[in-house]
Amino acid sequence: MSWVTKTFSSTLGRKLLMALTGLFLILFLIGHVSGNMLLFKDDGGQAFNEYAKFMTTNPAVKILSYLTYISIIGHVIFAIMLSVRNKKARPVNYAEAKSGTNSSWNSRNMGILGTIVLIFIVVHLQNFWAQMHWGAIPTVTYESGEYKDLYAVVNLAFSNIGLVALYVVAMAFLAFHLNHGFASAFQTLGLNHKKYTPAIQFIGSAFSIIVPAMFASMPIFIYFSSLN
Amino acid sequence: MNLTLKVWRQKNSSDKGGFVNYNIADISEDMSFLEMLDVLNEELSEKGEDPVHFDHDCREGICGMCSLHINGKPHGPQQTTTCQLHMRSFKDGDTITIEPWRAAAFPVVKDLVVDRGAFDRIIQAGGYVSVNTGGVPDANEIPIPKKIADEAFDAATCIGCGACVAACKNASAMLFTSAKISQLAMLPQGKVERKERAEKMIAQMDEEGFGACTNTGACSIECPKGISLTNIARMNREYFSAIVSSENV
Repeated sequence: MSWVTKTFSSTLGRKLLMALTGLFLILFLIGHVSGNMLLFKDDGGQAFNEYAKFMTTNPAVKILSYLTYISIIGHVIFAIMLSVRNKKARPVNYAEAKSGTNSSWNSRNMGILGTIVLIFIVVHLQNFWAQMHWGAIPTVTYESGEYKDLYAVVNLAFSNIGLVALYVVAMAFLAFHLNHGFASAFQTLGLNHKKYTPAIQFIGSAFSIIVPAMFASMPIFIYFSSLN
Repeated sequence: MNLTLKVWRQKNSSDKGGFVNYNIADISEDMSFLEMLDVLNEELSEKGEDPVHFDHDCREGICGMCSLHINGKPHGPQQTTTCQLHMRSFKDGDTITIEPWRAAAFPVVKDLVVDRGAFDRIIQAGGYVSVNTGGVPDANEIPIPKKIADEAFDAATCIGCGACVAACKNASAMLFTSAKISQLAMLPQGKVERKERAEKMIAQMDEEGFGACTNTGACSIECPKGISLTNIARMNREYFSAIVSSENV
């Protein structure tokens, strides 16, 4: 084995990849939530539709989106590899274990939380991303030209209370996943420092609440708007 | 005090094993946990039964030989070694569950005794400073800042009991390995071989079948010596810088 393959078959090498892909996906979430805030703009969806076109046609965004796909797939594959190893490391479980006294629930269940988030991502991609790329969706014309009316697709989707509930619940799971994952990624990278770690932990906790709450507010807002 | 003990009994490494309940009476709250087990074993021996096998040595909390997963926690309810755990931590009438450390890398030898040789092999892989023959250097010849010396010493207080592995949901040995890597990596004598050490010890740790770290922090909370998670971050830095800069291809 070369040193590269040896590194990425070691536990620490795989954890490094988990941390790097995880942090990249955190950056992706910042971009995703910021752009989607345009849904709140009271302009009949023009800004959002223009943004959606930009996001699907701009070459730089294209590169970033491929990086995002790779990160999601990589994060999942290495998580599976590590989880299999971790399960094998304890073939016989304890009859009694008070894990709640020494660690948080989400830190012990990142795999389960991640699986739920992954299922959500698949549903979410099917709902909008696939529609935008290959779906037969209506178009709308502004001064600057013709646009796919993704705003209408979003509005239609979130007039369904079931889908709104699914999105809100999924964001709660994402929050728990991020609540441990954010600071954990820094620890894995070896970035543990008396000065900065408390700040990283604080920002991680804040991020894990604010970002999923912002995402969840979108379907809720659209649902209530659709009632009028 | 009168207690019910639910003890894991297993004849040998290939036996399936199972729990056996024992009632034990007149236990003083001033007894250590191991003394309470001694009383049980005397009773069992007098009855001609096989005593419960468990590891112990110094009984002063410094050797790292005692183990036992007591009532769902390594070394029991207090943050100390089992030998320093006293019966006043329990109440009259309690049922106490006693299990061996559970990890693929720590196979059960008999009853509550597990083979922690995996830790020895991690140390053998690089947890030392190579010393060539020569005169003893003068005590103050190598200046080491007090803070660094203290931090290295804190890491070196790890007694290798394996509570970190026992507590971790992944049976990971990263707290142990990182403490051993840290205590040497921080001092000038240990810095010379730091790259090779990090690579070899981590390779051995993986080889032994320990799990990976998910940063739950359970290891550090349950560690009788309170070894800090900062050591794991340091180990990660040591490893990542070693793999990119060492000459081992």
